[in-house]
Amino acid sequence: MKSLRWIAAVLLAVSGVARAELEITVQGGVEQALPIAIVPFTQIPDVKLDVAQVVEDDLRRSGRFKPLDRRDMLQKPSAPAQVDTSVWRAQGIDNVVMGQVSKTEQGYFARFFLVDSIGGQQVLGYDIPARSVDQMRYVAHQIADLIYEKLLGIPGYFNTKIAYVSAEGIGYQRNFELIVADADGWNPRVVATSREPLLSPAWSPDRKQLAYVGFERGRSAIYLHTLATGDVKRLVSERGINGSPTFSPDGRFLAMTLSFENNPDIYVVDLKTGNRRRLTDHYGIDTEPAWSPDGTKLAFTSDRGGQPQIYEISVNGGDPRRVTFEGRQNLRASYSPDGRSMALVNNTDGRYRIGLLDLGSGEMRVLSNGPLDESPSFAPGGAVVIYATQGRKGAELATVSVEGSVRQSLRQSGGDVREPAWSPLIR
Amino acid sequence: MNSKIWLPAVLGLALVLQACGSNKDRTSSDGTYGSTTQTSEPYTDRIAPQPAPLDDSGFDTAAAAERALSTNVIYFDFDDTAIRAEYRGVVDAYARFLKDNPSARLRLEGHADERGTREYNLGLGERRALAVESALLAQGVSREQLSILSYGEERPEDLGHSESAWSKNRRVQLVRQ
Repeated sequence: MKSLRWIAAVLLAVSGVARAELEITVQGGVEQALPIAIVPFTQIPDVKLDVAQVVEDDLRRSGRFKPLDRRDMLQKPSAPAQVDTSVWRAQGIDNVVMGQVSKTEQGYFARFFLVDSIGGQQVLGYDIPARSVDQMRYVAHQIADLIYEKLLGIPGYFNTKIAYVSAEGIGYQRNFELIVADADGWNPRVVATSREPLLSPAWSPDRKQLAYVGFERGRSAIYLHTLATGDVKRLVSERGINGSPTFSPDGRFLAMTLSFENNPDIYVVDLKTGNRRRLTDHYGIDTEPAWSPDGTKLAFTSDRGGQPQIYEISVNGGDPRRVTFEGRQNLRASYSPDGRSMALVNNTDGRYRIGLLDLGSGEMRVLSNGPLDESPSFAPGGAVVIYATQGRKGAELATVSVEGSVRQSLRQSGGDVREPAWSPLIR
Repeated sequence: MNSKIWLPAVLGLALVLQACGSNKDRTSSDGTYGSTTQTSEPYTDRIAPQPAPLDDSGFDTAAAAERALSTNVIYFDFDDTAIRAEYRGVVDAYARFLKDNPSARLRLEGHADERGTREYNLGLGERRALAVESALLAQGVSREQLSILSYGEERPEDLGHSESAWSKNRRVQLVRQ
């Protein structure tokens, strides 16, 4: 077990909205993790951030890489010409990353190379610019993304964000905050705060907006928050439940749960025209809609069969089809980015755990230990699922690889954190 | 003898008798849908409404009603939305109060325990609030006097993770506006 502890000592100056960072603990690893060496970059003195260290941490936490300890490095090249491939091959290191951080008139940039020590050739080489020193963490995440994608063939997810809800205090003194942080828990910023509950944050596909549920003057409502401007719009506030907002993959529609026409059903709202369409009509609870990646259908939770289970319905309506049969209850599904599987909350014998359902074979694999896990959300690329769990010191977030073998927990000191939502990639 | 001393004892006994009398009618919750399909009107389905539950001969009915009105939480069984018999007196008192005070407004806040997902629990909380609402409507309370709000599992009374905590969190709070 490896433990990395992030201390909020180097908080960037976003005064007033900065928040305690999440502490990250990593457990386990994939047996066939790729050996790799991330050599410390040659850096100009005004860049204090250890860029190579951030790259190394990203790759290690994915569980797919086994970075070589710096103390075991026998040479420290900063360009491919300096690489002695035989030295690395002797240590069983197939991939070597090196680079430099410099400054030009336009700003800072990091130049990095990935060298294949077996073939003896450069397989990646990029200059990545940064407008200011503050941006160097994002440069490092981009480098990690490029390496991850080159070597594994699936997009990296390190230069992304997570939204989550933090709750502190008891009773009516309880304070709720909606927070957006980097995917590694850094740079948490409060985007909304309320004495009333906040829940169900959802990202727009362009990741410029968050939809979420709040309460105001004795009613619930769905809000649309534009991150760049801080502009908040109350989109829907009907009598009863206004819940589970989720953007269609093209960003034109928002699916949601409303109960004003008697009991909770699934609706789809056209964000441009405001037109609203009711998709389900049943006296059971229909909620937690999730769009398929191609936008043609939605999965949702319904207890129309007695206990909550997952159903699918065409975006044009029609008869829903039941998808889950294993376990007493299955709730809150979300599709993997390739549409072939679903992450969901499975209740078997009173234990709520994160399950991964293969939609082709119908096979369910349990990914987490429970007993009170919820809110699964796929990372872009689909290799990792983030969810909320009950830790020893309160509610925390956790990620698990879809192989189920690498877990990490993200905890905030002094508060419960839950309702994680992983942002899309910027492409 | 001072009737104020008598009153709680008699009222308590009455509630116990009522509870005993109606217990057999209630099916215990097994968490199946059967127990929740009828939740729009569980109270009227299972326990015949009694228009005058408190005998007012010789007792201070105003004080009795005030006492029942000081109870502002109704607790529920696991995965269930039926109003337990012990809360009949509370529902009766609120019904009478609302009918006697047409300008009074009552908000029914439905809550669930932390098990299950948050949005589904919003649905369960709403079902519980609706169960109390239909019990009040069945006694002739005007719909305009009532409003419903489900907080799901978001506002626990007890932050623990045991059955004793959960039993305090499955509730409807009656909030006079």
